[in-house]
Amino acid sequence: MLRSRAFVKRTRKGNVVRVVKEHYLRDDIHCGFCDCQNPVCLARKKAIFEEGEENGAGQKALETNAPLSADPRDSTKWGKHYLIPDTNVFINQIDILEKPVLCDVIVLGTVLEELKGLSMAVYSRVRSIVSNHGAIRRWFVFSNEHHRETFVDREKDESPNDRNDRAIRVATKWYNTHLKERYGISALMLTDDANNRKLATESGIPTEGVKDYLETFVDHPELIEMMSSVTIQRDKDWEGYTDHITSGQIQAGLKSGFLVQGTLQVASYNYLEGSIFGQGPDGKEQKILIVGRKAMNRAIHGDRVVVKLLPKSEWKSVPSTAIEDEDEDTVPESASENKDKGKDAVVPEKSTADGPSKKKIRVSDEPKDDTDENDAPAIPLGEVVGIIQRHWRPYCCFVDPKQHISKSATGDSAMRSLYVLAMDRRIPKIRIMTRQANKLVGQRLLVALDAWPKESRYPQGHFVRLLGSAGDRATETEVLLLEHDVPYQEFSAKVLADLPAEGDKWLFDPERDGVLAGKRRDLRDINVCSIDPPGCTDIDDALHARKLPNGNFEVGVHIADVTHFVKPNTAMDAEAANRSTTVYLVDKRIDMLPPLLGTNLCSLHCNVDRLAFSCIWEVDSDANIVNVDFCRSVIHSKASFTYGEAQARIDDPSNTDDLTEGVRTLNRLAKKMRAKRMAAGALTLSSPEVRFKLENNSQDPVDVEMKALQETNALVEEFMLLANISVARKIFSHFPDTALLRRHPTPPPQNFDNLQRALASLSMKLDIESSLTLGNSLDKAVLPEDPYFNTLVRILTTRCMMQAVYFCSGTVNREDFNHYGLATEIYTHFTSPIRRYSDVMVHRLLAASIDKETVYGDELTNKTKMREQCDTLNHRHRMAQQAGRSSVELFTNLFFKGKTVIEDGYVTQILQNGFSVLIPQYGIEGIVYTTDKDAKNTSTPILKYNSDTNRLESATSPDSAVIYLFQKVKVLLEVDDQPVSANVSSMRRKLHLRLLTPNIEGLSVPQDELKAIKSKIGDSLKDTGDDTRHKEEEKLAEKITADPSIVDKI
Amino acid sequence: MQELLSPEGLRVDGRRPNELRKISCRASVLRSSDGSAYYEQGNTKVLVAVYGPHESRHRSQVQFDRAFINVEFNVAPFSTNERRKRSKNDKRLLEIASAIKQTFEPVVITTLFPRSQIDIYLHLFQHDGGTLETCINAATLALIDAGIPLHDYVCACTAGYIENTPILDLNHTEEASPETPDLTIAILPRTQKIALLQMESKLHVEKVEEIITAAMHGCKFIHKKLDDAVSQVTKELSEKLNQ
Repeated sequence: MLRSRAFVKRTRKGNVVRVVKEHYLRDDIHCGFCDCQNPVCLARKKAIFEEGEENGAGQKALETNAPLSADPRDSTKWGKHYLIPDTNVFINQIDILEKPVLCDVIVLGTVLEELKGLSMAVYSRVRSIVSNHGAIRRWFVFSNEHHRETFVDREKDESPNDRNDRAIRVATKWYNTHLKERYGISALMLTDDANNRKLATESGIPTEGVKDYLETFVDHPELIEMMSSVTIQRDKDWEGYTDHITSGQIQAGLKSGFLVQGTLQVASYNYLEGSIFGQGPDGKEQKILIVGRKAMNRAIHGDRVVVKLLPKSEWKSVPSTAIEDEDEDTVPESASENKDKGKDAVVPEKSTADGPSKKKIRVSDEPKDDTDENDAPAIPLGEVVGIIQRHWRPYCCFVDPKQHISKSATGDSAMRSLYVLAMDRRIPKIRIMTRQANKLVGQRLLVALDAWPKESRYPQGHFVRLLGSAGDRATETEVLLLEHDVPYQEFSAKVLADLPAEGDKWLFDPERDGVLAGKRRDLRDINVCSIDPPGCTDIDDALHARKLPNGNFEVGVHIADVTHFVKPNTAMDAEAANRSTTVYLVDKRIDMLPPLLGTNLCSLHCNVDRLAFSCIWEVDSDANIVNVDFCRSVIHSKASFTYGEAQARIDDPSNTDDLTEGVRTLNRLAKKMRAKRMAAGALTLSSPEVRFKLENNSQDPVDVEMKALQETNALVEEFMLLANISVARKIFSHFPDTALLRRHPTPPPQNFDNLQRALASLSMKLDIESSLTLGNSLDKAVLPEDPYFNTLVRILTTRCMMQAVYFCSGTVNREDFNHYGLATEIYTHFTSPIRRYSDVMVHRLLAASIDKETVYGDELTNKTKMREQCDTLNHRHRMAQQAGRSSVELFTNLFFKGKTVIEDGYVTQILQNGFSVLIPQYGIEGIVYTTDKDAKNTSTPILKYNSDTNRLESATSPDSAVIYLFQKVKVLLEVDDQPVSANVSSMRRKLHLRLLTPNIEGLSVPQDELKAIKSKIGDSLKDTGDDTRHKEEEKLAEKITADPSIVDKI
Repeated sequence: MQELLSPEGLRVDGRRPNELRKISCRASVLRSSDGSAYYEQGNTKVLVAVYGPHESRHRSQVQFDRAFINVEFNVAPFSTNERRKRSKNDKRLLEIASAIKQTFEPVVITTLFPRSQIDIYLHLFQHDGGTLETCINAATLALIDAGIPLHDYVCACTAGYIENTPILDLNHTEEASPETPDLTIAILPRTQKIALLQMESKLHVEKVEEIITAAMHGCKFIHKKLDDAVSQVTKELSEKLNQ
């Protein structure tokens, strides 16, 4: 049967058009009940079975496509019943619906369509429940919109919403008539819409509200707790936010240029200062500040918002008084929070409220704001008037310690509202309703946001689950994985089903793996070896070199052939694409591929046959490339060296076997290549990287050391770079539109401003004309009396760089392909397919480039898909790096817990109300605050920021005490050993640094206190001034320069 | 990105992958022309008028040994959601016209009418994907209606490839999505010979056969529909003769 569906829509140009689409109604849609004897359902199930049988999985296909059981949940009120939730139930209670307790659920096509329009995130979560757990949890999607008996036409004067509600009712009714009499199963419509419930009851359709329904789950009280409920609680002294404008007004406003849209970014150093990048009044893309909670008008970090610019006259008052007023007058109970945040955030809100420094407090690397407003163009100020799209996710939170829970909680069963603070300080505090307030104190919990009504000062959310107690290593690790959006769940059965059936018994087979067919070269007789860090189990790469009869050398890089096992369009491939990268934390690794592949079948272990993708060059003795060849191969690695072992072999002259000679040749060639690369302008940058020695049993950190680098690191790196570049050229020539490449944009000169100013005071200058000149001037930036200085400059230079990103070649101009840090005109990632999905894609591209018979689908040729995948890769890559860093920070805190150490450090950044100090010994960086914690009058900071010199100077006598970039300071380092729940800052796990020298009155640790500390820690206190330390540093400084990883891990 | 094929196996308009849209057609709808047909496939609607064979209008086009086939294709400005007037020299229209011409040249037995001309005028009234296939099917019907000798019917059908499934007879939504490769094929059902094969998007060679097979199935179904329409007209005609 045919129905036409007509609706009116507005096109991109703004024209209103009528769209007519066909809509076919069918007779062959089955109900999803496994035992249904209805002829239509039987016929359909037979068809599904036969279709599945073609792949030998008929029964399985039946189970997933007709999952509803004959024995669903039985309740006294409704008898045996299936659940039919309406759209809003999905939107609001998705966290509950994801719980495995809720089985036998029918998802209607109408609901899915509505979900798509309302929230893609919820839609995909529902889809993933159905596709991953549909058979077990018995979820079924019923396409009621295409079923002849359940389709409803929109009636005259009926709103689309009412029509959809009616469609849901009709479908529920259909199920009841279809199943009730014969099988005694009813369908229960779950909705919180009172009107809808009333209409349903009138026509005899079973229906219930979510809360009432969940109360029948006596053994799962946590379900009620997780319910999102929006109750309007008016805060006293709070006049409420202004209304958001409608979407029609938004469109009109954007079109006329009256409004600006952008993604709200909240400053991490000041949660009351947001900004968007959007079109300013002069038509240029620029930053627009949104200051204060009122102006942000319920938008949260990451939301896509519409902003109205404030009149230019108000820009002048940029920007401090505006926020502070709000804080002082209208946020009485959060004043304490602010003070607390002020201590560990960079900005002491309170102090500036009525103090003499009316100037906006901000990180100093935005000199524009600090300069006098008259001569610098003011930054436009705006306020949020509407929200286009929310970007909410579940947040890791902890209970605001300022609330007195034990006193006010009258018992465990009483619901009470509770404020929780997110780990991410850019997120405002969230009000949740809970019965277990006492239990939650000192714990980490996951909280989802529900709504932010305009009457309420803070958003409302609901409890999702408990993560564990704060300060606990496992909990904190989970928290940082969640906060960085790292998918860390175990691999699902569906993914594991895609592994080779032989499991770890898998062996190379010349017939099956294509050697006999000429698709794979047998290189097992070549002396191949791998060189990796100690303890490496996922060996991506192996190398070989041998002399050719013509005097040239043959050099081979062999990369694990992951794509042999991970085929496109499999569950494993989808999972790997989503994970995008393996995440390395201090104590564990979140794999991208199941361990059977990652650490066994793909990993190029020694003394076994392994499949590889080889890149083989012919190079002459001056390391010029004569020829390059790519092939799939099978290799038999002769040895797995660590960097140290390989180095020892090179250094030992008595060792002359083939393998060692090969490594020596490689080393010789690598040095020449490196020299050439340096001459071309490749940068050696630096980052403070540390490695923890973990105690074996408890995995608690017992020692920290800097990562040391050896010549062999550079050797491997050199050939990996070469392979990546060669492959990039190859795939770009074959797929000019859809090659996956990596670029590193040239940094804009203003990034270097602060660094240049600081260097100028030492009469040095960085020449940032090109990467070559920058490299040369970096080499010259040496202070003879301080060997660490050069490394420090390199670390700071690294921070001026742009992020390297993956991109799809068809989306970027050819001249923008260049990789600044490596000084090459084209680059990609090919060498670590076990831990990076980008490399997997590059492998597929390369395979298609070298063998025209390779079968591939649009995953390699579709520009849109490729670009989307690049976005995912970049996001995951960035998150993985940050998660790694957070993990180091976590372990640093664990390491220093209860310890007090005095260390040398360097000033790396000057802030308005503090400065950050890098401690080379541990590679950690922390902030020293220049506001006096103890003094009552915090309005006068001890040190004042001088924007001309980028220094902190004493407010009373500018010459007596100064803090400047590169200054060597001595600091006291401690971690609060108070109970973690005691205050906000320790819940946010921060390391405390206090200044020792230079001695600044009121800021540095007083002498008597220092003595007390010294006597307390006694012998364990190391005197940092001694010579041995300096020698160590010298060594470090030499080695660390070889690490380009900060810009680009190869 | 729009979901074109739901995991339940239904397409945006509710069809399964191997189903054609609703086809309704009728021959002999115009009195003034020698042959005519009105053909609907879903919401794509075409009217065809055939004139000839008649004496050639332009001397330059005269071919001494066969008839010259002249195809003109027009799209009504109201055929799409947004009204747009197309010029007569729109390259896209000319391309479709020439594809139709080339398809029919070997099928029409032109050698029977040397130095003459056959005109096929096609008008698209509503557009919802699959223009070329509907035009060819409609033209076949109109040519038969005009009594022009053909070797066989020409039946055309489109097929595409979404989510690793070959799908038949794309509508406009499916056709417009840039990820969907689509192919138009026209066959002579009796001999199974291919009269036209057109594909402008990228698709791996291994999958081409799969969707060609799918499209051929579609063509056979369409052949039946056309055949029915022809016999219907014939029946009506014979009834008229007997009156």
